[in-house]
Amino acid sequence: MRISTAWLKDYLKLDIPADELAEKIERTAVEVDGVIRPDEGQKKVVVGHILTCDPHPDSDHLHVCSVDVGEDEPLQIVCGAPNVAAGQNVIVALPNSWIGNHTKIKKSKMRGVKSAGMICALDELGFDEKLVPKEVADGIFILPDDATPGDPVFGYLGMDDEIIDMSVTPNRGDMLSMNGTAHELAAIYDQTPTMPTVDLHEDESDDANDQLEVRVDADEHDVPMYKMRLIKNVTIKPSPLWLQIRIWNAGMRPINNVVDATNYVLMQYGQPLHAFDYDKLTNGHVNVRLAKAGEHLTTLDGEDRELLPTDLLICSDDTPICLAGTMGGLDTEVTAATTDIALEGAVFDAVKIRKTAHNHDLHSEASMRYERGIDHGMTETALNAAAAMIAELSGGTVANGVCVGRDEDVQPVTVQITLSKINHVLGTELSLDTVADIFKRLDFPTTLTGETYTVTVPSRRWDIHIPADLIEEVARLYGYDNLPATLPTGQPTIGKLNETQQIIRDSRKLMESAGLTQAISYSLTTEAKAKAFALHPSDVTKLDFPMSSERTTLRLSLVSGLLDDLAYNNARKEHNVALYEEGRVFYSQPEQVRPKEIEHIAGAITGSMVKKSWGVAEQPVDFYQIKGIVAGYLKSLALEAPVSYVATTAHPEMHPGRTANIFVGDQLVGFVGEIHPNTAKAYKVRETYVFELDLTALIALPKARQQYQPISKFPSITRDVAMLIDDTVTNADVVALINKKGGAHLQSVELFDVYNGSHVPSGKKSLAYTLTYRDQNATLVDDDVTAAFDKVLSALTEELGAEIR
Amino acid sequence: MSLQDRLTELRDQGLADIKSADVLKKVNQVKVDLLGKKGPITEVLRGMRDLAPEERPKVGAYANEVRDRLQNAIDQRREELEQAAVNKQLAAEKLDVTLPGREIPQGQPHVITQIITELEDLFMGMGYQIVDGDEVEEDYYNFERLNLPKDHPARDMQDTFYITKDVLLRTQTSADQPRSLENHDFSKGPLKVLSPGRVYRRDTDDATHSHQFHQIEGLVVDKHITMADLKGTLTLVANTLFGDQFDVRLRPSYFPFTEPSVEADVTCFNCNGKGCAICKQTGWIEVLGAGMVHPHVLEMSGIDPEVYGGFAFGLGPDRFAMLKYGVDDIRNFYLNDVRFLSQFYKKG
Ligand SMILES: [Zn+2]
Repeated sequence: MRISTAWLKDYLKLDIPADELAEKIERTAVEVDGVIRPDEGQKKVVVGHILTCDPHPDSDHLHVCSVDVGEDEPLQIVCGAPNVAAGQNVIVALPNSWIGNHTKIKKSKMRGVKSAGMICALDELGFDEKLVPKEVADGIFILPDDATPGDPVFGYLGMDDEIIDMSVTPNRGDMLSMNGTAHELAAIYDQTPTMPTVDLHEDESDDANDQLEVRVDADEHDVPMYKMRLIKNVTIKPSPLWLQIRIWNAGMRPINNVVDATNYVLMQYGQPLHAFDYDKLTNGHVNVRLAKAGEHLTTLDGEDRELLPTDLLICSDDTPICLAGTMGGLDTEVTAATTDIALEGAVFDAVKIRKTAHNHDLHSEASMRYERGIDHGMTETALNAAAAMIAELSGGTVANGVCVGRDEDVQPVTVQITLSKINHVLGTELSLDTVADIFKRLDFPTTLTGETYTVTVPSRRWDIHIPADLIEEVARLYGYDNLPATLPTGQPTIGKLNETQQIIRDSRKLMESAGLTQAISYSLTTEAKAKAFALHPSDVTKLDFPMSSERTTLRLSLVSGLLDDLAYNNARKEHNVALYEEGRVFYSQPEQVRPKEIEHIAGAITGSMVKKSWGVAEQPVDFYQIKGIVAGYLKSLALEAPVSYVATTAHPEMHPGRTANIFVGDQLVGFVGEIHPNTAKAYKVRETYVFELDLTALIALPKARQQYQPISKFPSITRDVAMLIDDTVTNADVVALINKKGGAHLQSVELFDVYNGSHVPSGKKSLAYTLTYRDQNATLVDDDVTAAFDKVLSALTEELGAEIR
Repeated sequence: MSLQDRLTELRDQGLADIKSADVLKKVNQVKVDLLGKKGPITEVLRGMRDLAPEERPKVGAYANEVRDRLQNAIDQRREELEQAAVNKQLAAEKLDVTLPGREIPQGQPHVITQIITELEDLFMGMGYQIVDGDEVEEDYYNFERLNLPKDHPARDMQDTFYITKDVLLRTQTSADQPRSLENHDFSKGPLKVLSPGRVYRRDTDDATHSHQFHQIEGLVVDKHITMADLKGTLTLVANTLFGDQFDVRLRPSYFPFTEPSVEADVTCFNCNGKGCAICKQTGWIEVLGAGMVHPHVLEMSGIDPEVYGGFAFGLGPDRFAMLKYGVDDIRNFYLNDVRFLSQFYKKG
């Protein structure tokens, strides 16, 4: 809503700079987007009187004008506008003037004829094309006859106005009008506003109700009020300049005297009005109803629209002529030929209008106001004001009486509140008088009984109906700056992370200390990527109406998003990337729309995690590096059951020979491995190693009970074993057997070498382990260890075919 | 030559030899030569047999003195030479300490996580619980229970991704607050919760819009919670994130779930309130929305608004990060360019 400060002065004594006023509005009422000064940056633009206007000798469309600009000598200016003529007062940009958006005008020659400046159209002075009246859109603007040559032009065009551009919140529809804004400022500055009065003369001899029959078929909820007036014998013409200025400074385009009058009253009262060409109505019949399926209406903008059953319609003898509260129909539009006007002033249901505006993508000044609500108490006044104004501007007469399709008994709302409640909520110690004064400034009639205020809220503030609304009025007018700043008191509470939150936080830190940087990727992706790398098979959750084909489906894994991140980095020549992500995946649940949200943690590494430096080569990442990261992480979770890694070919996106499922006990909690070369190609990444873990499951799994173990005072004895063994036998097989046969004192088995190079027969590999033996309670005897060790050796030979070396 | 004179001669000669010994080996040789079993001092002591008994103690004492003197000189010289050798070695071992060390790779938290963590810690310190709601929520909880019935015009402020007519991707983390209100046992004290998390809006991604971003919403409900408490709490948030020198001001605003509703601005950190392009010459930057919990919201959760009241606030870590670090494109937070992520070093 654009508020002209010049117009505001009709209401209030405001000797306040516009910026200060804007700041006050912002601090007390609604947000302000800025102050617009139409003449800002423009200089030396004056009224010129065209003395002579002759055709240019070398052009069929240019004219050479002699223009009086209030100086001793007239200026010679070449002008190409089709409507230029001698005797006009016009806008002249003098030589070295600045106009519009930083354009400098200099003396020039046009086809050999000197031109000292420029005769301007409105858009050349920075007017938005949408605001320029259509009749002057293709030519220069003609100023009034009484304009004085040489005077700056800005005052004549309302460009010296300062316009406050307010961004009105949905609850403050009252401020979408000059009247409402004036009431608000009156409260802020403690003034009594001068509100507009209506001076309506009805033609007693001409009864409107004899000629116009209005019927409302829609229910009272959808159409609480519907009234019309009839204005006869109008002459359609452009509005006077003062009105055009108010219209364009309010951000609307001047159309003609009738439409401009309705828009002027719309701006004044916030009441949308619609003028119909009375002669286009069938038999003077108007009815209001909901649309039926299949009906059509061509609106003012020339669009043929298929109507929806939620659209409220104005009809004439049941033929749609207007989308209620949104846009008029083309057939009944006021044109130059119109002589009689049927003028509508009505209230429509906010939700219905909102739907119509939304469904037809038709957002107008009228629909915006109906959606936020309007002052039901002012509808008839606004209708009368517009009728009077149309009659005055067009030479018409207002027929006697209002045609009422539906009327509404509008009663003010009464709200009670106590002073102590106000102070209790605000944390203040306001006095009875302070609060009473605020209600008085707001012009809310109030009575005080004890400490209870009974406040009568006028219909212009339909947003107020409960005590909390009054508290807001008191708070903002008292001033938020004046509130003290304290912290909640009362019973203390403990704030700490729960176990899940703590483990999630710890997990992030562990990943970071392992060298992985946290990524936050998109949860929404394509269906294919959403399904990729899923730990368990699941249906996906899809958006009903996505914005783009890239973001349609909620993810089932984090790895998929991390690969997108890697691809983004690779495309920017960043080839060493190590990322992890902690976040939700979304498993669908049978019979339920809402998926099950599970916390996962995943990582992806590519290139080298070691930075190339002097004396340090890059170390390409490999399976064992990512496995080491996972193993270190799982170790610090202190899970009770053992962690095991089982080779798997079950993940089609993963390398079939380099992927392991991860189990805790016998529960599958994730996987780790290299991505399949085909996956790498599809995601546009290089050789990449990933893991994905079900963090929710890990959090739920039992943790090892931690108990101090005395450190043995007795020395340990170690034995090394190296063996040649079939390639198909895994490390896990060997370790399991050693542990099984190791005896009571075997403490640990450590792999220290794996070799399958040239000195090993094909199909075989060499493995070497250190076995550590220790007795907690006594010094081990060497012979006992040897006996235990020999048992292991023979088991390895017999059960795994190992050749001990 | 008397034995004494002989000892004196041996002493002086020995001291000179020790002094001139320039390597450890020579020092050792001097020691063997002088103080060894076959050395001259032993020789002298052997010659004491021929002295008168009364002379013996005197010469003996002098001989011991000479021997100690020599031994001390040898020890000292040895230490000097050893130290010189160490010094020589150290000089040879000198490194260019400005060469880079072999760093152990370290990851770091995402800048948004840093901001969320900082605020979580601040609020836990004030007794708040952290609540993680679901990202896929019912329309009923995301909107209706927050006083936003279907067709409410304020729903236009939040374009929504729907899964079905009744299920959506939450547009605000306060979607979980009705549940917190319902489940809280007020006999155990006030409700104080902070809900950080991902939210979604039906927006086209560009420099200032993202279909996915984060929110932190706070809610406090008790028998006596005031708007002054809200103001104090918000001031603390601004001071924690931006610094103590920043002021907070409240402006009226509108949210369906609070009444009164306010928007909070902080002093522009770029110009310290003087006015600049970032703050559009106002000296203030809008950072969060807040208000006193609307009585309907309490009623819908079965809480008597005549007895209980509270405040709620919501802020965007993405926007905070953009303001605090001058990030000019919100998409940076979700593309995970390592050159972006690695710019924000901080505790996790
Ligand atoms: Zn600034």
